[in-house]
Amino acid sequence: MNLKTLLAATAAVATLVFSPLSHAEDVRIALVVKSLGNGFFEAAHEGAQEAAAELGDVEVIYTGPTTTTAEGQIEVITSLIAQNVDAIAVSANDANALVPILQRARSRGITVISWDSGVAAAGREVHLNPSSNALIGEMNIRLAADALEQAGASEGQFAIMSATPTSTNQNIWIEEMRKVLPDYPQLELVDVAYGDDLADKSYREALALLSNHSDLKVIVAPTTVGFLAAAQAVRDEGRVGEVYVTGLGLPSEMAGHVDAGVVHNFAIWNPIDLGYAATHIAYDLVKDTNGNGTVSMGRLGEGTLDDNGEVAMSEPFIYDASNVHQFAEIF
Amino acid sequence: MEQTMNQATTPNQLGASWKGIAFRWETFLLAVFAFVFVMFAMASPYFLSVWNLSDATFNFTERALIALPMAMLIICREIDLSVASTMALASVAMGMIAELGAGVPAVVVIGLFVGLLCGLFNGFIVTTFGIPSIVVTIGTMSLFRGITNGLMGNEVLNSYPAGFSYFGQGYVHWVFSFQFVLFLGAALLFYVLLHHTNFGRRTYAIGANPVAAEYSGIRVNRHKMILFAAVGLMAGLASVLLTSRLGSTRPAIAFGWELSIVTMVVLGGVNILGGSGSIIGVVIAAFLMGIVTFGLGLLNVPGVVMTIIIGAMLITVISLPIIAQRLKAMRSKRL
Repeated sequence: MNLKTLLAATAAVATLVFSPLSHAEDVRIALVVKSLGNGFFEAAHEGAQEAAAELGDVEVIYTGPTTTTAEGQIEVITSLIAQNVDAIAVSANDANALVPILQRARSRGITVISWDSGVAAAGREVHLNPSSNALIGEMNIRLAADALEQAGASEGQFAIMSATPTSTNQNIWIEEMRKVLPDYPQLELVDVAYGDDLADKSYREALALLSNHSDLKVIVAPTTVGFLAAAQAVRDEGRVGEVYVTGLGLPSEMAGHVDAGVVHNFAIWNPIDLGYAATHIAYDLVKDTNGNGTVSMGRLGEGTLDDNGEVAMSEPFIYDASNVHQFAEIF
Repeated sequence: MEQTMNQATTPNQLGASWKGIAFRWETFLLAVFAFVFVMFAMASPYFLSVWNLSDATFNFTERALIALPMAMLIICREIDLSVASTMALASVAMGMIAELGAGVPAVVVIGLFVGLLCGLFNGFIVTTFGIPSIVVTIGTMSLFRGITNGLMGNEVLNSYPAGFSYFGQGYVHWVFSFQFVLFLGAALLFYVLLHHTNFGRRTYAIGANPVAAEYSGIRVNRHKMILFAAVGLMAGLASVLLTSRLGSTRPAIAFGWELSIVTMVVLGGVNILGGSGSIIGVVIAAFLMGIVTFGLGLLNVPGVVMTIIIGAMLITVISLPIIAQRLKAMRSKRL
């Protein structure tokens, strides 16, 4: 490094360190993430900025530790308390370890909410869940119906590829899927397979589904591992265009399969919306403008708090060929 | 570590008497501390508040407590990299006994005891089999953490008795937290131990030349064993404080702390190759690191940039005196 670049670097750091403080009248909302340098949270930050721009008098402080530790988050929160920010919205590395420091924050008049990854109820006012079980169940069936249409069939068979038979989340979602099934008479559920969230077992189970049910049109996998394995199995068996795979998946993992035509569309939470909604909720609570048992989430509408102070953001966000590549760079 | 390497130009080995140099090194650190303090006070309106500064001490006191005996161990040419894992194991032991309904004294005692046991285990392996401590403690770093993971899996232990939160969250008087006062007391204790007792003199003697120390009648292995035990015990103590502060235990507790503890010791002017260093230096270094992390946090400097700044600070602070010494030597040669 020559002297010039060194000077430039020093100047850059100095500007960063001594950048002017913002207006005191702004509502300062700190978005504390699990760790910095994670695309998912960068996207949430983008959403928070969007909310701040809408609200006008909001300054978003985007911060977090470099490693995903509770201790690191406590250090960050300590300095936020010292700055007397108006609100802290945290995606916690540890639901319990953050409770004492967040209680301290609340005792000094700071509004605390958690989002994405929650904090035990004693440490926060509201927790924002990306979605709810009912919405997830319904979304999976809707995706299956979309896929069936894509396969060119007016009615047909579909199967579910789950994780383990004892997985609480999976079982609740499958139950929710069965509940809405009567509203989709064109879909006939023929089998539920369990891949245990292992790539190889999911792949073998997917192959078994394909050979056991020759008229199968759609495989729905509400798990990223099973989803990926089933998509691969359909491609390897040369059944692309005949059998479609859908469910809950990560854009970065599914982009290739969308291009290959084995996946028409799929769903997962949208991190941008999460950051956006968290900022709106924090603002609403700081300003004390929230209704009784409800909070505002901006363009996502009103959220209703349950007994545990939790609120569900929205149904999972749908990704298809039009947006999957944009999000694949994020998560 | 090789004897010849010990002659390398490490900060407080330059010049004549080590005492005079150590004094200068500490003055230099103190000057850096004062400079950083004033800078932050000017840069952030929130910095000069006793409560905020008091909150900031929580960020480093637990680590600094371990840095004290670690300094003596490093002076003695040994090192313990398993301290963070020791803390995790002690924390799990405390969590489990608390789950069985144990009271505050029993929980604290078991934490200290497990820490001590881990230290003794390290000391035993190092002194009995003559394996370098860096190798042994890298091994036990994984071993202790592994046992922790095995005992806990993915659960969380948080049924600590009511009064237990005092150690990590309580205040002795006004803004002085229990753990801060405990750290000051421990610093005084280790200062006396290293600089004003025979035990301390022997530590330097072993660090300067273990063979000569052995031949002059010092029981080197026993001495090292005691220091390993002391490090383990302090890790147990730090674990009590951290567990109490968090109010819960997970297997990843204190993950990665061993490096920041060693950093404190090195920044404090302790020769990483052994033989020299002082407790005052380590204490100032602990404060310096604590204040820099807190100050940068107040200015909302992203963590990534923060690690770069702290790394750069470490290299600058350690290399400046060496560069100054070199320049001085060159100038006197020319004359």
